[in-house]
Amino acid sequence: MSKKYDAGVKEYRDTYWTPDYVPLDTDLLACFKCTGQEGVPKEEVAAAVAAESSTGTWSTVWSELLTDLDFYKGRCYRIEDVPGDKESFYAFIAYPLDLFEEGSITNVLTSLVGNVFGFKALRHLRLEDLRFPIAFIKTCYGPPNGICVERDRMNKYGRPLLGCTIKPKLGLSGKNYGRVVYECLRGGLDFTKDDENINSQPFQRWQNRFEFVADAIKLSEQETGERKGHYLNVTANTPEEMYERAEFAKELGMPIIMHDFITGGFTANTGLSKWCRKNGMLLHIHRAMHAVIDRHPKHGIHFRVLAKCLRLSGGDQLHTGTVVGKLEGDRQTTLGYIDQLRESFVPEDRSRGNFFDQDWGSMPGVFAVASGGIHVWHMPALVAIFGDDSVLQFGGGTHGHPWGSAAGAAANRVALEACVKARNAGREIEKESRDILMEAGKHSPELAIALETWKEIKFEFDTVDKLDVQN
Amino acid sequence: MPFQSTVGDYKTVATLETFGFLPPMTQDEIYDQIAYIIAQGWSPLIEHVHPSNSMATYWSYWKLPFFGEKDLNVVVSELEGCHRAYPDHHVRIVGYDAYTQSQGACFVVFEGR
Repeated sequence: MSKKYDAGVKEYRDTYWTPDYVPLDTDLLACFKCTGQEGVPKEEVAAAVAAESSTGTWSTVWSELLTDLDFYKGRCYRIEDVPGDKESFYAFIAYPLDLFEEGSITNVLTSLVGNVFGFKALRHLRLEDLRFPIAFIKTCYGPPNGICVERDRMNKYGRPLLGCTIKPKLGLSGKNYGRVVYECLRGGLDFTKDDENINSQPFQRWQNRFEFVADAIKLSEQETGERKGHYLNVTANTPEEMYERAEFAKELGMPIIMHDFITGGFTANTGLSKWCRKNGMLLHIHRAMHAVIDRHPKHGIHFRVLAKCLRLSGGDQLHTGTVVGKLEGDRQTTLGYIDQLRESFVPEDRSRGNFFDQDWGSMPGVFAVASGGIHVWHMPALVAIFGDDSVLQFGGGTHGHPWGSAAGAAANRVALEACVKARNAGREIEKESRDILMEAGKHSPELAIALETWKEIKFEFDTVDKLDVQN
Repeated sequence: MPFQSTVGDYKTVATLETFGFLPPMTQDEIYDQIAYIIAQGWSPLIEHVHPSNSMATYWSYWKLPFFGEKDLNVVVSELEGCHRAYPDHHVRIVGYDAYTQSQGACFVVFEGR
């Protein structure tokens, strides 16, 4: 039935708060943690979020009546208390599928986390989780290769992969940089990595780095008989420049390149990921800037959302934190979003921070990368937490070895394999970590020295962003 | 006083991927790993190759994958059978996972010369 135009300002809840609505399988669902200004009712805050992130604006406008806005509007269909927190609440919002362009993560985020985050009626707003409908997922390319293909290309089975970032992160010449890559790879690592801020600086232009790294990879493969790779960072100032670097990496026969998906942006990432699929190249994804967005417990976007978005935009490996190292991240939450990267279906599980069932359909999985302040003593916990479909990256824990990077690499490889072997044999590797590592050290002087070097280092700070639970 | 360095020399080793950095396993240790493969519901699979070709994508199958084989002794005797037939080849055991179409486990049991 047609409506009459009635100019003026209506309360948002009259239109966008619909507690009787039953979400459709094709709806995109969002859970926001809302903290309103004092005195504003929850329903009004939640409805405002739904409105401002979909079809609404502050005033009624005549042109709404040219369309059937009820078909397009986002709706808040549920409000829940946040356990242990009186001032905030969860708002669950359903968005119709037609609000979004097919395959465009950029479009989804522009809508959902656009203007609404600066909205004055809100003190804080955090996007906790998204449920992508399978209908939308099937329009996304997803990971260019996925876990199965990456294992087959790299010939790595039955264990986590082992990597390390080249240090010092800035300031080495191309040839010196290639030397460090070579040392790590000949010592037993599968991958080395450009640090995120290595792009193409005056001390080391990208062509020069790529050529020396390619040399290091070929030589270490010949000498060790194993397949090796280095994440060549192609993140650059323009997409054209990125493709030029990616093409050169391919010309050199390199297996993998790297992109920084948040600083580079989702459009750049999706484009590069498509290029990787087409050109048979693996894609490693760094996440610089994520903590700016995801660390505050009441404002921003939770990393599980960024991880889901990355899986849809495309990447074969994504950094997830370590739980045990120098960077933020609690265990249950991390396990929750690691599932989102790797599984084909993830059930709702509040104890892991997953607010919705998420069906990934046929989307390939993404390797979880654990990197940052980890060393051999952490190995048993890392293997237990991350499982086999992960890349464990030890930077300082490789180069800091008293004999150098090759010995550091070997120490990590021995420790990793000892943990996997013990796990397979039915041992509880976290409980028996000390015994497992000390036994392995008897056969490896490199590991024995590493165990001695890092025996006192711990990073025991409380997590800033925790799961919401009743205390 | 003679110069004494605490720095050791790391010698590059040629290895055969997973478990290549551990000392050779005892028979019991190998049995434990095969038992793990079976317990995971993976199919045991035996592959072999001449050492000169160890980096090849495909190693030769020994017979066919042992789909659904749950008997540790069968797997062990097939491993030994493969080793007897190709004494100079590398022989590896794979835990083949049909769900992921990947290998849940894979390591060399007999190293060829």
